[in-house]
Amino acid sequence: MIGIATAVDVAALKDSTLLNMGIFGLFVAVTMVIVFRASRNNKTAADYYAAGRSFTGSQNGTAIAGDYLSAASFLGITGAIAVNGYDGFMYSIGFLVAWLVALLLVAELLRNTGKFTMADVLSFRLQQRPVRIAAAISTLAVCFFYLLAQMAGAGSLVSLLLGISDWGGQALVIIVVGGLMIMYVLIGGMKGTTWVQIIKAVLLIAGAAVMTLWVLAIYGFNLSSLLGAAVETANNPAVLNPGLQYGKTETSKLDFMSLGLALVLGTAALPHVLMRFYTVPTAKEARKSVVWAIWLIGLFYLFTLVLGYGAAALVGSETIRTAPGGVNAAAPLLAFYLGGPLLLGFISAVAFATILAVVAGLTITAAASFAHDIYASVISKGKADADTEVKVARRTVVVIGILAILGGILANGQNVAFLVALAFAVAASANLPTIVYSLFWRKFTTQGAVWSMYGGLGAAIVLIIFSPVVSGGATSMIKDANFALFPLSNPGIVSIPLAFFLGWLGTVTDKKREDTAKQAEMEVRSLTGVGAEKAVNH
Amino acid sequence: MGNDAHTPDAAASVDFEQVQSTQQFQELRKRHRSFVFPMAVAFLLWYFAYVLLADYAVGFMSTKVWGNINVGLILGLLQFVSTFAITSWYVSYSNRRLDPIAAEIRDEIEGHEFDKDGNRVGGVNK
Repeated sequence: MIGIATAVDVAALKDSTLLNMGIFGLFVAVTMVIVFRASRNNKTAADYYAAGRSFTGSQNGTAIAGDYLSAASFLGITGAIAVNGYDGFMYSIGFLVAWLVALLLVAELLRNTGKFTMADVLSFRLQQRPVRIAAAISTLAVCFFYLLAQMAGAGSLVSLLLGISDWGGQALVIIVVGGLMIMYVLIGGMKGTTWVQIIKAVLLIAGAAVMTLWVLAIYGFNLSSLLGAAVETANNPAVLNPGLQYGKTETSKLDFMSLGLALVLGTAALPHVLMRFYTVPTAKEARKSVVWAIWLIGLFYLFTLVLGYGAAALVGSETIRTAPGGVNAAAPLLAFYLGGPLLLGFISAVAFATILAVVAGLTITAAASFAHDIYASVISKGKADADTEVKVARRTVVVIGILAILGGILANGQNVAFLVALAFAVAASANLPTIVYSLFWRKFTTQGAVWSMYGGLGAAIVLIIFSPVVSGGATSMIKDANFALFPLSNPGIVSIPLAFFLGWLGTVTDKKREDTAKQAEMEVRSLTGVGAEKAVNH
Repeated sequence: MGNDAHTPDAAASVDFEQVQSTQQFQELRKRHRSFVFPMAVAFLLWYFAYVLLADYAVGFMSTKVWGNINVGLILGLLQFVSTFAITSWYVSYSNRRLDPIAAEIRDEIEGHEFDKDGNRVGGVNK
């Protein structure tokens, strides 16, 4: 089989549907048992939102990798490399380098100053109400975009793996995925969700490692021959060079800069990633988590480089493009080529589990933000007790679950890696300036925070609505209309600098001064960890 | 719970402005910032230089170096290497230069007013 690019018979994939479902069913059964066991000790709000702060740095780091290596990373990047060559690789570089922002500037300081949500940190020394509401709204918006991407991924994965290509059948599967996710989060809270992410991360990285070694073995562990084979199958030497996807026009080059900016600045502002830092007992463990996550995620992206070019060489970009599920099908098709139905079944079950775990993580973040920031702090003005707050959080989980299912059915068929990039742009615009300013700029004020958050969020969303993503292009959501006034598909290059500027402008024009005692407290707490909530012992 | 982000804790009655003004804390702040700021600027510049090269210097990036391996791939892999290197460097810097002094300040604040079991043994009542 060495070097012979036999075509993968896509129709034969349907024969392994039962096997795929069996492996996936096994994963659900095993994780459910673990979630049940893990949730027996869920009593307080700290248990439900932050897993009792009882995870170690390495466990949390693995869970972060599980949270971060979403379907977009696995299916999307492998597919992007297989079809667009080098340009796909640049996604992974942006996604990885971004972790340095989280490591150096955010993770430990945030762990030391907050309790459950991003808004805890942002509103620490500013006026509680306006800042908390703004932070909660942007948290919900980012989670919503990210959820859409994951649910859309579930749809396209299903069409390939289970051979369900009609709209109703895919919708049914999205409902099942959504229903399972609601159960995990309701029963397990943060602890259950974290365990699902850990298991999934181990399976995903192990599966990708096996496939990577397999592909490399076919080419005698020589990266150069693998690349040569990819060029040969594609019949286009340009797959090894940058620019195949983004180098066409000046606009697309600018779009690529915008994407690069959003990727590198978005990670440290993703609310579901930030919330993971609260599941560890100390800032030192938060640092350890990021270090683990960086190694695991970096390793995984090196695998996707091999897998992407492997799929290009062995499966061929024509077969991938025309397969049900399109570009997202590259990794499963490569698994089928290498290991037949069994490896395909394993890889697809892992991909499903990926979607399930990431969706669960997003849901608990959104629910915590609503219950803790909007319900407890704003609606009931701090009078709600912890039990009521957790009850509200659980109800919010159900509502968000249903919204995610509906959104997923509507977004079915959209490009997954792309939707995730939009979520990154929204996060980097709405959250990052305020996070950085409130941690490092003594003079930062409430008005600056509010201007920056609403300005960044609003600019990002308005630019997306008037971009070619929504209308006017062959791959737009609305194909029949054209109101694409903004030429770029990623808003980051405009909305991120704008949000930083608004934060500065809002602050220097603000006549009110913030409480200097609170500023001192935040700075001392953030750097020393004084008074940070420790692990809860049961 | 509720409006205040913090439950009463070991640091509830501390004069943080006084702590902030101590030389020890200023030193910690200086050590932290003098590492993370230049490092953040450095890796962001290196990342954007790479993105700009891939975007506008396709010819250079496509230069073959060894077999099918070109400059673009090598620079891309070097981004991985630099990320891993900065991570390890930061960890060792924190362990040596930041953690000990942070722990000292923390002990001073918490140790004065609380014994090992967290019971108040002195200090100003709120």
